[in-house]
Amino acid sequence: MKKDMKFYFKLFYSTLCLSAFTFGGGYVIIPLMRKKFVNDYKWIEEKEMYDLTAIAQASPGAIAVNAAVIVGYRLAGFLGALITIVGTVLPPLVILSIISIAYTAFRDSLIVQYALRGMQAGVAAVIIDVVISMIIDLFKEKKVLPVGIMVVAFIATFVFKINLIIIIFTSGIIGAFAIYFSKYVKKSGEVK
Amino acid sequence: MIYAKLFWSFFQVGLFSIGGGYAAIPLIQNQVVDMHGWLSMSEFADVITISQMTPGPIAINSATFVGIRIAGLPGAIIATIGCVFPSCVIVLTLAFIYYKFRGLSTVQGVLNGLRPAVIALIASAGLALVELSFWNGKGISGNFQNLDVFAVIIFAIALVILRKWKVNPVFVMLGAGIIGLCVYPMIL
Repeated sequence: MKKDMKFYFKLFYSTLCLSAFTFGGGYVIIPLMRKKFVNDYKWIEEKEMYDLTAIAQASPGAIAVNAAVIVGYRLAGFLGALITIVGTVLPPLVILSIISIAYTAFRDSLIVQYALRGMQAGVAAVIIDVVISMIIDLFKEKKVLPVGIMVVAFIATFVFKINLIIIIFTSGIIGAFAIYFSKYVKKSGEVK
Repeated sequence: MIYAKLFWSFFQVGLFSIGGGYAAIPLIQNQVVDMHGWLSMSEFADVITISQMTPGPIAINSATFVGIRIAGLPGAIIATIGCVFPSCVIVLTLAFIYYKFRGLSTVQGVLNGLRPAVIALIASAGLALVELSFWNGKGISGNFQNLDVFAVIIFAIALVILRKWKVNPVFVMLGAGIIGLCVYPMIL
């Protein structure tokens, strides 16, 4: 693959389009990226794309941005990562800038207020739907610790308004300890 | 220094929102509504609504929206950079580690612990939105006089449709908006 201007432009343009047409959350962008970079351009192998996806999902931050960084870096180093980031961030930056400038006028219109009020109820339903699915999946694992972490974290944030960052840190540490503990138990079991 | 504040706030959002998309909502709310008061809860709900209908990650959309309202276009750009900066550093570092020691179990353990906590945080943010929608921002405290019964009905119908038929959320929200547009002028 030749890394000339044409290649960089293609990289920029394809991430820009992916970002501009990805509605409905970050997970959608991953199959689209796979199609573009693995199937269409053949820049990345199928198996490697799985690894890159795992890293993008495990890292904090927006999945679309993470996936763009890692694909860009894989293809063309830091410059590649920079190009794909700008390509990914530009569409939402432009669209939201325009909306936020018009927002006050937009918001003061009675018609918009009625529509927004209906939509707020709709958005609340969308988020609760996601939460219900996540909780069902968690219960399907039939493990006590994750459910315990969830309940305690929920009480901590909703009732006691404890800082989110503390909750995230604590649960990560508990998870790390739990895996060591389970290994230790397994090992001592083998000795017997 | 407002630029530094914007950068630092969205840096934290980028750094601690693990699991993408919805996981960012509680953190953004915490920074933007609770800590700095840059947006009211109702404005924040509008940003989420707008984010769901436009392309792009919620965190980037919020960073742009808040940044531009607080400090103009430079504010939007700085907030966005703050938001993506931790991702870049961590993703690149993880990629490096990953290729060196694939499948590290500590990393796996940390992720196992984080997932249920993230669900709890999203649930909490979701309930805050439910509260806002049902009481139209007039406080909860078991006051049924201010309860927007119509919002409760829209919410219930939307939830049933989403659970039963797995409809695209964008259509559900647009539908809720159209119903609101038709019914609220008659009852308000």
